[in-house]
Amino acid sequence: MTQSTEEFMLDDIIRGCPHSRDYLISILQAVQDRYGYLSRESIYRISDYLDLPESKIYGVATFYNQFRLKPPGKFQIHVCRGTACHVKGSAGILDTIGRELGIEVGGTSKDGLFSLDTVACLGACSIAPVITINGKFYGRLDNKKVQSLVKKLKRQGDGT
Amino acid sequence: MDTVNIVIDGVDIETGADKTILEAALDHGIYIPHLCYHKDLDPVGICRLCMVEIDGRRLDVSCKTPVREGMRVRTETEEITKIRRVAVELLLANHPTDCLSCSGNTKCELQRIASYIGIDDRRMKSLRRKTVTLPIDTSNPYFDYDPNRCVLCGICVRTCADVVGVSNFDFAYRGYDSLISTFMGKPMIESRCVSCGECVARCPVGALRPKAVPQPAREVRTVCPYCGVGCGIWLGVRGETVIASRGDPDNVVNKGRLCVKGRFGHEFINHPDRLTAPLIKKNGNFEKASWDEALDLVAARFAKCKPDEFAALSSAKCTNEDNYIVQKFTRAVMGTNTVDHCARLCHAPSVAGLAQSFGSGAMTNSIGEIRNADCIFAIGTNTTSAHPVIAYEVKEAVRRGAVLIVANPRRIDLCEYAQIVLHHVPGTDVALLMAMMKVIVDEDLQDDRFIEKRCENFEAFFESLERFDLEFAQKTTGVPKELICEAARSYATRKPGMLLYAMGITQHTHGTDNVLATSNIALLTGNVGLPSTGVNPLRGQNNVQGACDLGALPNVYPGYQKVDRPQIHTKFEEAWGTKLSDKPGITHTEIFDAIHDKTVKVLYEVGENPALSEANANHVYAALEKLDFFVVQDIFLTETARYADVVLPAASFAEKDGTFTNTERRVQRVRKAINPVGDSKPDWLITCLIAKRMKKHGFDFDNPSQIMEEIASLTPSYGGITYKRLDDRGLQWPCPNTDSEGTPMLHSEFFATVTGKGKFMPLQYKPSYELPDEEYPLILTTERSLYHFHTATMTRKGGLEVLRKCELVEMNPKDAGTLGLKNGETVRVVSRRGEVNATLLVTDISPVGVVSMTFHFAESPTNVLTSDAIDPVAKIPETKVCAVRVERP
Repeated sequence: MTQSTEEFMLDDIIRGCPHSRDYLISILQAVQDRYGYLSRESIYRISDYLDLPESKIYGVATFYNQFRLKPPGKFQIHVCRGTACHVKGSAGILDTIGRELGIEVGGTSKDGLFSLDTVACLGACSIAPVITINGKFYGRLDNKKVQSLVKKLKRQGDGT
Repeated sequence: MDTVNIVIDGVDIETGADKTILEAALDHGIYIPHLCYHKDLDPVGICRLCMVEIDGRRLDVSCKTPVREGMRVRTETEEITKIRRVAVELLLANHPTDCLSCSGNTKCELQRIASYIGIDDRRMKSLRRKTVTLPIDTSNPYFDYDPNRCVLCGICVRTCADVVGVSNFDFAYRGYDSLISTFMGKPMIESRCVSCGECVARCPVGALRPKAVPQPAREVRTVCPYCGVGCGIWLGVRGETVIASRGDPDNVVNKGRLCVKGRFGHEFINHPDRLTAPLIKKNGNFEKASWDEALDLVAARFAKCKPDEFAALSSAKCTNEDNYIVQKFTRAVMGTNTVDHCARLCHAPSVAGLAQSFGSGAMTNSIGEIRNADCIFAIGTNTTSAHPVIAYEVKEAVRRGAVLIVANPRRIDLCEYAQIVLHHVPGTDVALLMAMMKVIVDEDLQDDRFIEKRCENFEAFFESLERFDLEFAQKTTGVPKELICEAARSYATRKPGMLLYAMGITQHTHGTDNVLATSNIALLTGNVGLPSTGVNPLRGQNNVQGACDLGALPNVYPGYQKVDRPQIHTKFEEAWGTKLSDKPGITHTEIFDAIHDKTVKVLYEVGENPALSEANANHVYAALEKLDFFVVQDIFLTETARYADVVLPAASFAEKDGTFTNTERRVQRVRKAINPVGDSKPDWLITCLIAKRMKKHGFDFDNPSQIMEEIASLTPSYGGITYKRLDDRGLQWPCPNTDSEGTPMLHSEFFATVTGKGKFMPLQYKPSYELPDEEYPLILTTERSLYHFHTATMTRKGGLEVLRKCELVEMNPKDAGTLGLKNGETVRVVSRRGEVNATLLVTDISPVGVVSMTFHFAESPTNVLTSDAIDPVAKIPETKVCAVRVERP
C-alpha cells in the first residue's frame, strides 16, 4: 500500500512538533489548523508518535471546545452564547439554526455544507445576539433574520 | 517492615510505614467512605469522599496521604460531613434509583456511602435535574456498560491502563457531559477491549456490569482450566450449574486477576453438547451404551493387544492424578512405555534442552518475580494472547521501569510496551541469540565470575560464537545490526534480566538448539539462580507441566526418572508389583507413523484432539482410520473422537478433585464444584475401571488424594506434596519432603546437572526445514487467539465464539497488494500437504513474506498445511515455519 500525499503531509505536521506528550495540544491544534478537524487516522498517528493511548487523546480532544472530530461544513456557523447574547435570545437563535439545518451543536450537516458550534463570547456584545459564519459577523439577529440567512446560504451552497 | 503508630478516631493503631491513612483505617476495620480508591490501583483522590482531618488542623484525602508517626486522624467532623454530603448528593442527584433491579445491588459503594451519610429524600428531589438518558452499550457478549450509572471514579480507566495495559477508555467531554468513553465512543465490541472483565470486577457501582449473571448459591475454590499460568478462581455454582467464575484474590499467581477465558469461558461446563454416556460405534454410527458394555469391550480389546501394538496419548488438560494413572496403566497393564501427550507438540525441546544445560526442564523462576526484573527479554512468546495474566506482570515490570526487549517476527501487542523490538525472520532464533552473545563477549559484558564458578564447556561454546558476526546475523535474521547490539547490551547490563519464551522458540526442527541458545545467553550474563532472572518457558496448557512431571512421556517415569536406568526400573517394578519394559516408547509424532506402518494398532486417547493439533493433519486422519481399535476419552465429541470405536464420557475440571501444576512448577488443588455431568466420570476413575476389568492390581483408589500419596512416594520432586498441605496454597516442586516449602527458584546454588554446573552448548545455525520458493512463496507461522484455547473444544461454546468467529489469515498489506487480495475475502492457503480456506485479514502486524493462522477452527484446519518435519532430539514438528501460497479459491 502506498502512502498518499495527504498521509505524508499529516506525518510532516506531526513530526514537526516536539516529541513529547506535553505537546499534545499543540499537535492537535497544528493538525486541526491544516485539516479543519481531527480525523480518526490523525489521532492514530499522533497516538503512535507520542506513545499515548488514542482514548486519552480522544479525552483531551473532547474536553476542549476548540477541537472538532468531524470535518467542518463549508459554512462554519458559530453562535455566541455570551451573557449579552443570551439575554438577547441567543438560545432561540441556536435552536432555530439547529432545526433549520437538522444538526446539533458540534455537528456537520449531511451534505457537508454547514457545521454548527457555540462560543463563549465573541466580544461583540453591542450588536447582540451575534453569530459568525466563516469568521464574518452577523449581529442584531432574530429568528426571522436567521432563517432567511440560512436559506440564502443553502441556495449559495447548492449553486456551487 | 517498619511500622508507625497513629491514632484514628481515638483508636491507637500500629500500621506499616508505607500505608496511607485510608489503608490503615480499612485494615483495622474503620470505614471511611470512598469511591475512587481501589486496593490494586494507585490512589488519585478525585472523589473527595475519603476526606479526613489530620492533627486537628488540615483536611486531606486519606487515600493519598501517607501515615506518619504520631499522626492523629479524625474521620468525621461537621466540616467533613458537609463536604461528603455535597459530593454524594451531586452524584446521587442524577443516579438511577432502581437499586433493586440493578446488578450492583448490595455490592454498590454508592449505596453504602448514601446509607452511611444518610440521604434526605426531599432535598434529593429538589436537586434532581432533567435527566438525559444515555444509550447502554450492550455490544460485548459478557458485560454491558451503562454510562447513566457511572460515578466517574475512574477505577475502570486506571484498571484498563495500569492492570491490563490496554487503555481502552478514558474520561471524555467536560463538566456535566463528562463520561467514560472508548476512543470515538466506539461500542465495546469494536474497541480495543480485550473483554478480560477486570474493569467489570472492579466497578464500584452498576455501570460496568456482567450480563444477567445471577448470584451463585455457593462458590468453590479451584484453578482455571485454560493456559499454563494456573490462575486461582472461585467457581460460582447455582443448583448443578456453574454460572460464574471470579479471580481468587488470595492466589499468589494471579492475585485475583483473570483474562477473558478464565473469567467468562466456563460456558462449556454445562453445555448441552457434553458427552453424557459412553458411545460405541456400530455399523459406522455411534450408539449410546452402558458403562458395563463399554468397559467390557475396551477391556477385552486391550487384553488382546500386544505391548508394542498399544499406544496411549494422555492429556495436558487433565489432572496430575489422571496423568499418573494413564502412564501407570500403559506401563503396568499394557507393558509398553509408549505414552505421550501434546507437550511433544509444544515444549518437548524445553524439557530436552534445559535438561542438558541446566539439568531441569522447567521455568527456573516464578511468575511473581517478573515485576521486579530490570530487563525482560520476551522471545517467541505472544504473551498477551497466550498467557494474558503473565502479560499483566510484564507490563507491570515495564511500568516499574524495566526494559522490555521483544523478539518476534510479528508486531505483537507486547511490542507496544517494549523499548527494543526485534522482528526476526521466523526460524532464525539461533542466529539472533548467538549474534547477541557475540556482541556481549566482544564488548566484554559477560559475567566472568559466574561463568568460572558455575558453568562448564565455555570454550567449545566460545569457539562456536565465531561464525555469528553481525553481518551474518543481519542478513539471516533481517534485524538491523544496531538493534542486535542494543538488545545485547541491555540484556547484559540491566540486571536482573529475565528471559521468557514460548512456542516461537520450540516449534522448530531446531527447537532444542533454540532452547539451548536461550540457556547460553542466560549463563553468559549470569542471569540464572537469582531472583527475577532465569530462563522461563511459558507452558501452554493448564497442566502440561504436570503431565510431563507425572511421566506421560515415553522415556521417563514420574519425576523424569529414566525408564532405561536399571535401578529406576527395579524401583517401579517393585512399587507396582509387575514386570515393566525398560525400552523407551515412541513419541507422539512417531505414534502416527507407527500406525501407518501397522506396528501400533490400538490407541487409547485421553482428552486430546490431534486431528486439529498435530502437524500435517491429513497424515493423522489417515492414521486414525487405520487403527484396529481406538478409544477416546473426552468431555466433548471432538474431531478426533469421531474416528473412535468407543467414546468414554469424562468429567470436566469442575467435576473432579485433583491437582494441576502450572508453568512455574506450582502444584495447586483442583476442587470438585459440581457432580459429573450426566453419566460422565473422572478420567482417573475410568482408566482404573478399565484396569480392574482387566483383572489388574494397583488401581484400587477411592479418591485422587490416595493417588497423590502414591505419586509422592515414587516421585522425589513431589515427595512432600499432600492434599492437606495444598489446602490453602500451592507448592512449587522440587518439594522433596513434607518439611519442604517448595522451591520458587531453581539452580540458586547448584545446577541440577550431574556435575552441578550450568553447561554452555556450542551451536550452529540451521535453516528451517521448508523455506519459501517460487511455488510456495510465503512463510506460514502459527499463533494463538486470546479468545480461544488450543483446538477450541472448550472455547467455542458461547460468548468467546462471538469475540472471534473464524480463522483469519493475517497478511501484510504489501503482500496483499502484490497478490491483489482484499481484506475480509475468503482465501485459499495451499502448502505441499494440503489446502485450507479462511478469511483474509490484511494487517501490518504480519511482516512482509509471512502469513499467520491459529489452529482453533475445525472448519479451517490449519495443521493440514503445517510440516511434520521434526526436531531430531525432541521430536517436535516444525509448526512455526512452512511454505505456502495464498490465492483466491
